[in-house]
Amino acid sequence: MKPYKLALIPASLLAMTSFAFAGEIKADDVVFAEGAVTASLTGVAGDAANGRKVFANRKQGNCLACHVNTDLSEQPFHGEVGPPLDGVAGRWEEAQLRGILVNSKNTFEGSIMPSFYRTTNGARPLKKFDGKTILSAQQVEDVLAYLKTLQEWRVL
Amino acid sequence: MKKITKSILAGGMLALSLGFATQANEPTDAVMTIDGVTIPTHVKAPAGSPLPELFSGWVFRSTETQAMQLDDFDNPGMIFVDQAWETWSTPEGSAGKSCADCHGEPESFAGLRAVMPKWNEAAGEVYTLEDYINESRVKYMGADKWKYSGGKMAAMVALISLQSRGDIINVKTDGPAAATWEKGKEIYYTRVGQLDMSCANCHEDNYGVMIRADHLSQGQLNGFPAYRLKNAKLNTAQGRFKGCMKNIRATPYKVGGEEFRALQFYVASRGNGLPIEGPSVRN
Ligand code: HEC
Ligand code: HEC
Repeated sequence: MKPYKLALIPASLLAMTSFAFAGEIKADDVVFAEGAVTASLTGVAGDAANGRKVFANRKQGNCLACHVNTDLSEQPFHGEVGPPLDGVAGRWEEAQLRGILVNSKNTFEGSIMPSFYRTTNGARPLKKFDGKTILSAQQVEDVLAYLKTLQEWRVL
Repeated sequence: MKKITKSILAGGMLALSLGFATQANEPTDAVMTIDGVTIPTHVKAPAGSPLPELFSGWVFRSTETQAMQLDDFDNPGMIFVDQAWETWSTPEGSAGKSCADCHGEPESFAGLRAVMPKWNEAAGEVYTLEDYINESRVKYMGADKWKYSGGKMAAMVALISLQSRGDIINVKTDGPAAATWEKGKEIYYTRVGQLDMSCANCHEDNYGVMIRADHLSQGQLNGFPAYRLKNAKLNTAQGRFKGCMKNIRATPYKVGGEEFRALQFYVASRGNGLPIEGPSVRN
């Protein structure tokens, strides 16, 4: 969309279009340095409380499918495919965690962990997910903010 | 919660070692007995197998689900076997023939399920049991094909599988069948879907661990068709493939199509050495 046409669109509509996310880095444009991503994907601070929800939601992050996380012990069924995420903030820098979320394969070669902010994934995607990222840029930032709260090992 | 405590303790020591997941929750060495037949559920893998040992999917299910399979009166899959018994001797199609007219009793198929799918010389391709059944219906009965993964088909496959209960799977993959086997193998290891996973990611690399509420098995076919509590019907192998592909947000191949038939052949061969159990009970 060319900028000069924006004037024709009522301001109330604008707030709901992608224009509202103008500061967002597109999935294909994310810059990695040895697996890590330094720049925020949105420039908007992550919301850890929402990140916690995205982490558990089966249709969103569904991180619990593969990771034990004591902080979410109110949720049943924590998977064991990946390492427990208790204390994960102490093991990785913020930029490294962002990189793992955006594209896990740049950190862990051949990983089973999905790449949450990448448009080209496996072959034959279901139509409704074709060309789409699993999480939005802001959801990635929110999950990241939540991961940063996982500072310590907790004992049940 | 016991399991979680255990993996957290393990994780404390192994957080930086990436391959630890398979140490959690190893399955047990159980043997099952159904109707007086003792069936091993854990065997050594044959030479050349991609797996170090073979486990029936039964091993990974809950005690309650396991128990249902141990008693034919509790196994809901047997209701469909009874239905197939009736179909067996009911004439259908323009030739006015039933399965029984050509094959006598279902017992005449003893051992057959354990070598399926197999190379069909006349057709010049690998045939699944489903393919053979549909060919008989069209060629010898003058009847319509059954839906490849439908209820009638699943029930008949269950009746025929039952005649091979306890027989050791011995799917032949060499000779003219080799190209189809290679094709199935390629599909097995190709990452698909938005979640970007292959069959091997879950069933070869991670069997024995929990993926959320599900205990991952080796994805073996020895228990098929499988009665699933989830949908209260018998499920065919290709019906299951379809479900797994959708779960990883991939477009499934066509049921009954070339790709899934090749995949069924390949996956069946990964079970060479395991005894046939179908119809099994799963969640
Ligand atoms: C299908 C499985 C799977 C899912 C789903 C998954 N992960 Fe992972 N994750 C793994 C595996 C396996 C590893 C270990 C690296 C490897 O072996 O590839 C890992 C590693 C990690 C690590 C590094 C942990 C450490 O201590 O080294 C982080 C952080 C992480 N995942 C976060 C997440 C978050 C957040 C989500 C959801 C938004 C998620 N993962 C979803 C499988 C998964
Ligand atoms: C995200 C993980 C995942 C992927 C990828 C996956 N599956 Fe599965 N599969 C499961 C789960 C979970 C179950 C149910 C528990 C079990 O039996 O492992 C299952 C069950 C099965 C079963 C039934 C086993 C039994 O004994 O009842 C078969 C067969 C199977 N899968 C084959 C496949 C094939 C072939 C593919 C690739 C097209 C595939 N799966 C991909 C997770 C997966």
